[in-house]
Amino acid sequence: MKRVAVVVFPGSNCDADTLDAARAAGADAYYVWHTDTDLQQADVVVLPGGFSYGDYLRSGAIARFSRIMAAVADHARGGGPVLGICNGFQILCEAGLLPGALMRNAGLKFLSRPVRVRVETTDTPFTRAYAVGDELVLPVAHGDGRYAAEARTLAELSANDQVVWRYVGENPNGSVDDIAGVCNTGRNVVGIMPHPERRNASVLGGLDGARVFLSMEARNATQPAGDVHAVGGRHLRV
Amino acid sequence: MAAFRVEIRVMPRASLLDPQGQAVEHALHALGFADAGQVRVGKHLVLDVTAANAAEATARARTMCDRLLANPVTEDYHVAVEARP
Repeated sequence: MKRVAVVVFPGSNCDADTLDAARAAGADAYYVWHTDTDLQQADVVVLPGGFSYGDYLRSGAIARFSRIMAAVADHARGGGPVLGICNGFQILCEAGLLPGALMRNAGLKFLSRPVRVRVETTDTPFTRAYAVGDELVLPVAHGDGRYAAEARTLAELSANDQVVWRYVGENPNGSVDDIAGVCNTGRNVVGIMPHPERRNASVLGGLDGARVFLSMEARNATQPAGDVHAVGGRHLRV
Repeated sequence: MAAFRVEIRVMPRASLLDPQGQAVEHALHALGFADAGQVRVGKHLVLDVTAANAAEATARARTMCDRLLANPVTEDYHVAVEARP
């Protein structure tokens, strides 16, 4: 059982769903407040979605200087898995733990609806329970979801297999190369704009996101987690 | 030490799509300002800095931009410093 720290910033609003999704996958998940300095021996750190500090200045720009972020950066530099979802992805980019940046949606509108993404690599702590090419339906809920990076960075992402998810069928926000999620060169820090924690139960409309959390528990990268079944609102690996 | 008024202009990098600028441009055209073009929307920050001289105030402001006020991936900035009366 992995110890999963869900960091709560002022303005986080997906923290409870994320905690629940991690627990449903069998993790020992708990909250860590942004003013804390200790991750309490976390195996995995998740930065949840929301609107930390009201998205002032730029989404994630203020949260990256939270006191807890020094511990998150240490954890990441030590090879510890870190997942940023939506605002968490924005914070990781602002913190320099992931390459690139997330800008205003090309269509300017805030988007809140399901989109289709494809798993591009299973060589991360959060996708190892998927297969490359798996197509998932996951909800997006963001105003600043347009992934942008310099040409050199994009070439490196491609060369190093660092694009983790791509939008398929439709690119909702104008992200370059249809990028919906990336990882760092060490592959332990991962960011995704759509919300896997909102698709981990049939009652939520699907199970496509559950394996992001089950992947944390998987013992190695080559062993698939198997089918996921909702049992009494919880999910068991069978 | 002296007080300086620092004005910082942060603009989306010219090579990147600026959908806000495009929307404002379309609105200007709809109002009949057909002569408006290449509209871009950025941020303007104004702050006071205490420093030994204008060069030091400028250097401090640039450090602030590099660390927080501008995103080096997507934005460029311009710093203007003047002595406060």
